[in-house]
Amino acid sequence: MAVKGAIVVDTERCKGCSVCIVNCPTQTIALSKKVNGKGYNFAYMANPDNCTGCTNCATVCPDSVITVYRVKI
Amino acid sequence: MDINDIIKPENKVYSKSPLLTDNIMHYCPGCTHGVVHKILAEVIGEMGIQDKTIGISPVGCAVLAYNYIDIDWEQAAHGRAPALATAAKRLNPDKYVFTYQGDGDLASIGTAEIIHACNRGENIVVIFINNAIYGMTGGQMAPTTLLGQVTATTPYGRKAELNGFPLKITELVAQLEGTCFVTRQSAQNPAAVRKAKKAVRKAFENSMMNKGTSFVEFVGTCNSGWKMTPVKANQWMEENMFPFYPLGDIKDR
Repeated sequence: MAVKGAIVVDTERCKGCSVCIVNCPTQTIALSKKVNGKGYNFAYMANPDNCTGCTNCATVCPDSVITVYRVKI
Repeated sequence: MDINDIIKPENKVYSKSPLLTDNIMHYCPGCTHGVVHKILAEVIGEMGIQDKTIGISPVGCAVLAYNYIDIDWEQAAHGRAPALATAAKRLNPDKYVFTYQGDGDLASIGTAEIIHACNRGENIVVIFINNAIYGMTGGQMAPTTLLGQVTATTPYGRKAELNGFPLKITELVAQLEGTCFVTRQSAQNPAAVRKAKKAVRKAFENSMMNKGTSFVEFVGTCNSGWKMTPVKANQWMEENMFPFYPLGDIKDR
């Protein structure tokens, strides 16, 4: 059974620390070229097809800005 | 499968703990404080003790912790959090009382308080964040700074003959009769966070069992004080901090 996941990043609270990026086992996340209101390059799903909803990124996020969704298909 | 079919409330598997407020944390990007706040909020939420928990915040970066975790807080004078926690726990034995202290607070100015609170075996939880530097004041040397580590006040690296040796406060309190659970954890990757969460939960449970003080050290980073990116700081911590501050339970009874 395969799983598909997706994350939603609260871009205004994200500080672009990149800790989620190195802890993502499927290279789903990258830093956006855009910046938020505070001038940080926020994290976003660069490769949405890779996401398995493993919650690793949300577990290590220091600012708790990531919400994770997962479905079985 | 379209992404909008996945992002639905019934598919949600992880979201911010409701105990964490919506205030944007003042901590630097990638700071360990944020992860430890999240661990505390999740443990307190899962145990269902939000209205029975009193936190004592220190002087240091975490002085504003009351803005971020929605429980009762007191703010102690520098290093005196164990003294306030002693009073809070003795007057309210049915409350879960914890102190949240950094290494400048606990291992430097507050050494006497922590040693004696642990030696008395107060039924409190001590969360100790060790990032080997004074973060809030601008990256000066702390008692826990490693030998050879460059800080604002040791620009050529810490030297034992001039600055003394790094202080392993966790090993120190483990020798005291009053402590029941002494452990050293970290929070740089998902496995470490999950392990640390179990340790924090155990510490909170111990504080209601009249066993003595539970002491949880977090080896953490201060990427702005160390002058590194958050990712580089985590690597530096694994390479340099962990050999001197080995992770794991030091005492458990």
